[in-house]
Amino acid sequence: MVVTVSIPLTSWGRYPAELQAAHPCAWRNDLDDQMLRVTDEHGSTLPFGNGRSYGDSCLAESDHVLHLRPLNRFIEANWQTGEICAEAGVTLGEVLELSVPRGWFLQVTPGTRHVTLGGAVANDVHGKNHHCRGTFAHSVLRFGLHRSGQSPMVCSPTENPQWFAATLGGLGLTGVISWVSIRLRRIQSSRIDTTRVRFGRLSEFFALSTELDASHEYSVAWIDCLAMGAALGRGVITVGDHSEHGVLETPPGRVMNIPARPPISLVNRFMVGIFNRCYWHLQPAGRKNRTVAYSPFFYPLDSIEHWNRIYGRKGFQQFQCVIPQSVAEDALAQLLNVIAHSAMGSFLAVLKRCGDIASPGLLSFPMPGTSLALDFPQNRALSDTLLPRLDAIVHEAGGRLYPAKDAHMSARDFQRAYPAWEQLEAMRDPVLMSHFWQRVTR
Amino acid sequence: MKKILIVGATSTIANACARLWASDGSEFFLVARGEQKLQQTCADLRARGARVAVPYIMDASDSALYPDMLKQCLETLHTVDICLIAYGTLPDQSACEQDVELAMAEFANNASTVIALLTLVANQMAAQRSGTLAVISSVAGDRGRPSNYVYGSAKAAVSSFCEGLRARLFKSGVHVITIKPGFVDTPMTQGLALPAFLVAQPEAVARRIVAGIERKVAVLYVPRFWSWIMFLIRALPQPLFKRLNL
Repeated sequence: MVVTVSIPLTSWGRYPAELQAAHPCAWRNDLDDQMLRVTDEHGSTLPFGNGRSYGDSCLAESDHVLHLRPLNRFIEANWQTGEICAEAGVTLGEVLELSVPRGWFLQVTPGTRHVTLGGAVANDVHGKNHHCRGTFAHSVLRFGLHRSGQSPMVCSPTENPQWFAATLGGLGLTGVISWVSIRLRRIQSSRIDTTRVRFGRLSEFFALSTELDASHEYSVAWIDCLAMGAALGRGVITVGDHSEHGVLETPPGRVMNIPARPPISLVNRFMVGIFNRCYWHLQPAGRKNRTVAYSPFFYPLDSIEHWNRIYGRKGFQQFQCVIPQSVAEDALAQLLNVIAHSAMGSFLAVLKRCGDIASPGLLSFPMPGTSLALDFPQNRALSDTLLPRLDAIVHEAGGRLYPAKDAHMSARDFQRAYPAWEQLEAMRDPVLMSHFWQRVTR
Repeated sequence: MKKILIVGATSTIANACARLWASDGSEFFLVARGEQKLQQTCADLRARGARVAVPYIMDASDSALYPDMLKQCLETLHTVDICLIAYGTLPDQSACEQDVELAMAEFANNASTVIALLTLVANQMAAQRSGTLAVISSVAGDRGRPSNYVYGSAKAAVSSFCEGLRARLFKSGVHVITIKPGFVDTPMTQGLALPAFLVAQPEAVARRIVAGIERKVAVLYVPRFWSWIMFLIRALPQPLFKRLNL
């Protein structure tokens, strides 16, 4: 097997399996030339960070991406104010490695630290504290944006605000983000005080999250997506806050690695059934308090390198939707019912209450309501039967799907759920185009 | 905390090593040709914890500039604990076969200038009776292969020079480490058709180099499996070797 040095890139879910030729960009000053060269040779391109988008929003229509992960220098770090300026390819994990020992943490972090700053802006990511801190946008002070045939722009809420809004959640289509400046938050300890509570059905989740979200910064729930009948929507809610006392330390790196991709998915009805049942029953019935390191709390899956490989050669899709609060309980019950009967879900199913802090981003995903995310091994029954049924429920409830995770939503659903898409299309850099955008704007 | 001189500081491998040293609050004197890239590298290392990161613009192909550079370096750092020599070019072998000037220039870039630099810094370290000279040579120096022998012979010269220098400086308490990387994912190897499993990531390479310097290894293959590959390639007898188009 002989390939060029730049190993082809894929999305995290490996579905659709369009291999992306990488054109690495390692210096800010080379970015414009590089962009020009790639678009001259291949028609269009797309910035690509660390490949943690699940579906096709990170895949270039031309299958030639500008690989910005090598653009990973810090530009300035002010440990008095907690302001960090770094190139777009720096990952959130790299920020934390420097900032945690100095008593600073990200204001908002998604469930993996392996996303780049550029990717966090382009997808306007959110985390376990959405109900009180909103999306990543709120920690962004300003960023640099390179558009073809223009000189680079600085975007912030006051400088080029229209480009600031369009680029936050703009899926990398408004230009190439070269650097990002964010504000961190103070922490006294790198540990997290957590409380876990098991719940037996979906309605209990809503009661618990109403009670606990008000008094805790972080809140998220795991659910058993195979439980049916009276146990429908049973799970475990975990809330947490930064400890007031304790050490400031960066955790050890990865613990485990999935070395190879099995030919078929290791996630199947049998495995998930056993895992979910055991996991739920092993949780104590009462409230359980523990103090843990920040990495297993925020990034449990980061401890398994290449965990996406367990889904085998065909890859997987993540389905993440948010349902408006007024109809959330009903719609989620319907979704979970359909999923449980299909028996196709996996261990990783997450419920999270989103708050009402609006993002400046034009195409930001969260809205006040409840979000459900779960992974499905890719197969024909998923695409042909299950996802269309789930989409119909989300559509009916007035909810929407998350572009960063998506590989299937219809143009109709997208355009209804994100009415600002035409504004973004008008501001899109003509040389940037993704498979996702082509699919949902046709 | 160490005092570190890096020549070729914007190279991918040097940069990855420097990031590891920066987290201990090391002090750097960084030498490279491109001003903007060097400034950006310095800013990055400072943010990552380097106590000092001073840029010095110099074209390493001109050895007449070395004494001034070293003088400036000593004014900044006073002593040098580690000197990493990391610049180099990968010549176009077939062009070199047709062009004497080009072949000589490439040899100078990868060998003669390194020897000049090593001689100067070695004497400084011998005088301070401490320090480590870390030199990026290459697995290509282990045998003169038809596909790459201009580069290979230059790296062979560097490796042999280092071996002699190591023995000479041993008595002065100065260490010399010859680093022999295989294929690393850097701009130097971009566009080469290489088997993916042979291409190492710069961060992993840097971890091994920094640990090797710490342990005072004499010859360091990175990644480690290259020592086995090169053992086999060195063992090939001439009658076979000259018939293989390696």
